Amino acid sequence: MPRPMRGPAPKAKDMKKALKSLVGYCRKYRVIICIAIVCSAISSIFAVIGPDYISDLTATIIDGVKRPDMQTMKPRVDMDEIQRIALTLVAIYAGSMVLQYVQSFIMNYVGCSVGRKMRTDINQKINRMPLKYFDSHNFGDTLSRVTNDVDSISQSLNMSVGTLVSALTTLIGCTVMMFVTEWRMAFTAIGASMFGFMAMGVVMSKSQKYFSARQQSLAEVNGHVEEYYAGQNIVRAYNSEERGLAAFRESNEKLRRHTFRAEFFGGLMMPLMSFVGNFGYVAVCVVGAALAFDGKIGFDVVVAFMIYIRLFTSPLGQIGQGFTGIQAAAAASERVTEFLEEEELTDESGKTKVITDVKGDISFRHINFGYREDKIIIHDFSADIKAGQKVAIVGPTGAGKTTIVNLLMRFYELNKGSITVDGTPLTEITRENVHDIFGMVLQDTWLFEGTVRDNLTYGRKEVSDEKILDICRQCGLEHFINTLPEGLDTVLNDNVTISAGQKQLLTIARAMIEDAPLLILDEATSSVDTRTEVQIQKAMNILTENRTSFVIAHRLSTIRDADIIIYMRDGDIRELGTHEELLAKNGMYAELYNSQFVAVG
Amino acid sequence: MRNLLKYLKAREWVFALGGVIFIVLQVWLDLKMPDYMNVISQISQGGTNPDTGEAYVLGDIWENGGYMLLCALGSMLCSVITSFFVVNIAANFSARLRETLYTKVQQFSMSEINKFSTASLITRSTNDVQQVQMMITMGLQMMIKAPITAVWAIIKIAGKEWEWSAAVAVAVSVMLLGITVIMRLVINKFRRLQKLTDNLNQSTRENLSGLRVIRAYNAEKFQQEKFEVVNDEFTNTHLFTGRVMAFMGPLMSVVMNGISLAIYWIGAVLINRAAIMEFPQLFADMVVFMSYGMQIIASFMMLAMMFMIAPRALVAAGRINEVLDTEESVKEGFGVGETKEEGTVEFKSVSFRYPDGHSDVLTDISFRAEKGQTVAFIGSTGCGKSTIVNLVSRFYDATAGEVLVDGHNVKDYGKQELAKKIGYVSQKAVLFSGDIRSNIDFGDNNAGDAAILQAVEIAQSSNFVNDEKGGIDGHVAQNGANFSGGQKQRLSIARALARKAEIYIFDDTFSALDYKTDRELRNALKTKMKGSTCLIVAQRIGTIIDADQILVLENGRVVGKGTHKQLLADCAVYREIAQSQLSEEELKNA
Repeated sequence: MPRPMRGPAPKAKDMKKALKSLVGYCRKYRVIICIAIVCSAISSIFAVIGPDYISDLTATIIDGVKRPDMQTMKPRVDMDEIQRIALTLVAIYAGSMVLQYVQSFIMNYVGCSVGRKMRTDINQKINRMPLKYFDSHNFGDTLSRVTNDVDSISQSLNMSVGTLVSALTTLIGCTVMMFVTEWRMAFTAIGASMFGFMAMGVVMSKSQKYFSARQQSLAEVNGHVEEYYAGQNIVRAYNSEERGLAAFRESNEKLRRHTFRAEFFGGLMMPLMSFVGNFGYVAVCVVGAALAFDGKIGFDVVVAFMIYIRLFTSPLGQIGQGFTGIQAAAAASERVTEFLEEEELTDESGKTKVITDVKGDISFRHINFGYREDKIIIHDFSADIKAGQKVAIVGPTGAGKTTIVNLLMRFYELNKGSITVDGTPLTEITRENVHDIFGMVLQDTWLFEGTVRDNLTYGRKEVSDEKILDICRQCGLEHFINTLPEGLDTVLNDNVTISAGQKQLLTIARAMIEDAPLLILDEATSSVDTRTEVQIQKAMNILTENRTSFVIAHRLSTIRDADIIIYMRDGDIRELGTHEELLAKNGMYAELYNSQFVAVG
Repeated sequence: MRNLLKYLKAREWVFALGGVIFIVLQVWLDLKMPDYMNVISQISQGGTNPDTGEAYVLGDIWENGGYMLLCALGSMLCSVITSFFVVNIAANFSARLRETLYTKVQQFSMSEINKFSTASLITRSTNDVQQVQMMITMGLQMMIKAPITAVWAIIKIAGKEWEWSAAVAVAVSVMLLGITVIMRLVINKFRRLQKLTDNLNQSTRENLSGLRVIRAYNAEKFQQEKFEVVNDEFTNTHLFTGRVMAFMGPLMSVVMNGISLAIYWIGAVLINRAAIMEFPQLFADMVVFMSYGMQIIASFMMLAMMFMIAPRALVAAGRINEVLDTEESVKEGFGVGETKEEGTVEFKSVSFRYPDGHSDVLTDISFRAEKGQTVAFIGSTGCGKSTIVNLVSRFYDATAGEVLVDGHNVKDYGKQELAKKIGYVSQKAVLFSGDIRSNIDFGDNNAGDAAILQAVEIAQSSNFVNDEKGGIDGHVAQNGANFSGGQKQRLSIARALARKAEIYIFDDTFSALDYKTDRELRNALKTKMKGSTCLIVAQRIGTIIDADQILVLENGRVVGKGTHKQLLADCAVYREIAQSQLSEEELKNA
């Protein structure tokens, strides 16, 4: 179903490149796409020669009337001939339909398959991208590429290609057929349509700006509504309803005006289109009838042209639509390719070194790091951590405590220096190996929609149920799992309520099952009730036993028991030592310690 | 939908009537055209003028052609005028509806907002209104025009040969049947597709939000496999709907081409049967029948389309009505005027339960805050501590007991009157697009530059506000996106301070600040805002250690009341919290 224009189609910045990447995805299907194009073309040609037979039909009727049976004064129409023509037409129309369907079927397949491949590619790409990318791009952006952009591409492939080919064929075929049939009528038909489309073009170009104005004010109103609904209690608490309403009225009024203009001008299209159709129809009828009156042509020609004019005016609109569709697909494809071409993590297939038996000595050697090249935040940091030691990372919020995690896990690469495990630099082994030797429990307790078992084991089949349950017992999760309707096989989704504390315990259990020799922990558990908190602390203690561990510490007991404290501020490591050493130093750590736990005087 | 129609004004009803009149006029003109065509066909086939009985001349063709063109022009004009009326109605109506909704939602208390969820209210006020507007624009034109055209055209052909009418009837039935079958097959799949799109989004979102964990556990492959399951189902469903919908095009071709062929074929038979005298008339009828037939088919096609679009708009209308029909649960009081006390808050055995809740969130809460005192609430998540302060601002109303501000029940105050006494800071900082000034001099704060600067200063925001281009005239993006979480929270505190209120409410406001800023801010508050009553909801003991009164809550009940010292001595729950946050020495020192 054709849709009226709703605002300008997004345009690709580099049309050629965008189309090229789109074509790249379609290459695999080039044979069947060609078949689809041929089908579409033949189908249109069939549709175009149809009127010729209708014309023959009319001619046969008129012929029969011209030589009537003189006795009965009844026409002698050659009914056999009529039947032959009609059946031929039935065959032609049937063929045209079948081919039309085959074309749609193929392009639907191509569109869906390309869409599926793109989605897979984007998802795989996410895993190969450095985390750095996501610092500067929000998830919504990536998400919209996976769904909206890919959808728009597969839909355009589905609709636009077929439409465009059939419309072009129809247009050309129709023109040819019209001239073959009668040149004067052909000029009349084409002239009349052209005149109409010129008028339409003017209206279209005029209405374009109203559409974008409406889009803009719509966004404005939506923005206001979002803001004032989300902050509604603040608005009420400060008696700001009137001010808000005044601002709302202003944008709403603007939207009303722009809607009116856009819809009105957009609404002109339909009447204009039908006028163009009618105008062509009248022109053909009048000129045709006049010619027939003079006996220059038969009325069968007029009948044929009455169908031609319909066939001729509709593809012009379709071609416009088809191009808009392709344009939108190109723009979407550009956004998808842009993402797929983003810099990836370095290839590590050449690395053969693997560490398995880890003792747990970790050294930082003159490390330099910054999230941006031009802004180094860690300058020349060195430290040696012995096997089994506990390292507490401390600092005010926003001090960049997770930076250490990022570096240890090689989520980000160092600018200079090295981190070694038992003397082997982390860069010499694969990231996969790094992730194997480090266990991690983060503050954001990430669980996915899947069974409890999958969430704990990540689909590793070799972990026995006994082991899982044993670990859950240690973490105090036994009761929780027993209350679940299907135990370990319960799917965690919106229907299952899990408290923040239980989530945290699940992630700890996950790390216990992984049983990595080294450990990274974030103990922020601000939104947990006291009893669960004790449980979490207990589970964490079991986890860190005999393991070299890095803890982003919030609890005083953890900090004081740590073998080494790393004090961070503004992203950099500022102080290093034990609790007593640092207190004695009376530096920033001491200040933080005092402000945190001593009452306002 | 019918409920919404009451939002149309008299002027719009007149416009609607105008629209209908012009639609009828347009249909008349559209259907008049084939009549002239009929005459033209007769002329070209050597028919005679029934009025004069004379043979036609060439001029008659031009004359009738001219009339046809006039009809086409007139039809276009009518259509444009109709569109003017309809679009006018739709634009005004949707603007009015949007404003009504907006005003309504602004009056809602938290229970109503939670009932719908903010996101859903936003959709209802924006997208749903848009849907209804589209329905009016298209619906008014199509819904009225299609049936009129169909009926009128059927009447016009009714008197002519039944065989042709039968052909048209068959074509319409085939089309309607085909559309019904196609829609039946795909309608559920389309719904499923909507759900699958959500799943696709959800699955990708999961991958993105769990990036670190997935990598840390080398679980990329596992996640990818999960994604592929969703991806496959989505693709397959899409393939299915695509294949079924692909029948639509051929179906339309069958009907359109079939009807032309049928009319001419039948025409041939009829003409062959009739006397030669009747030929011009029959022939003209045949040509004209094509036009009428097409008009009828097109009308039914439009109606079928309306039936596809309408349900969505009706659902949207229903959702809008739900909002409009919701009564505000918090009613305006009569007003209090002069109060006997100043800066006091008192709870007299207050209980609260959510409208559709099964059990009390708060049970039998009593306390009294005197002018200048600080009362703090602590306890685990979900213990109801935020709910207590929400009752003071009347975001909800207590189910039992009395909440008194300055000695009067909060229900007796006018909403604005009560709000004027309170400076409220929410847990999640809320900023509005504009500039820093408009955010601090918010609502009826009436804060001048000096007051704003002082509030900024106390809220420990001077340094970053001064760094802003333009200082307090610095730009604030939507949702305050250009500020960090801590900065936003401090600005929202400044907003409350600029209010010069009797009572300040900090609903877990300080947790977003680091310990140092937290302490400095509280110090400043203590010295600069002396005489103001403070209600503080907190998670950290450090934040409330020096409050005049601390209420310890568990499961909606007060399990301890007193100062830090007293509670340490005789409240087990408080001691547990303290132990998890403070060291032995500090516990002793206290």
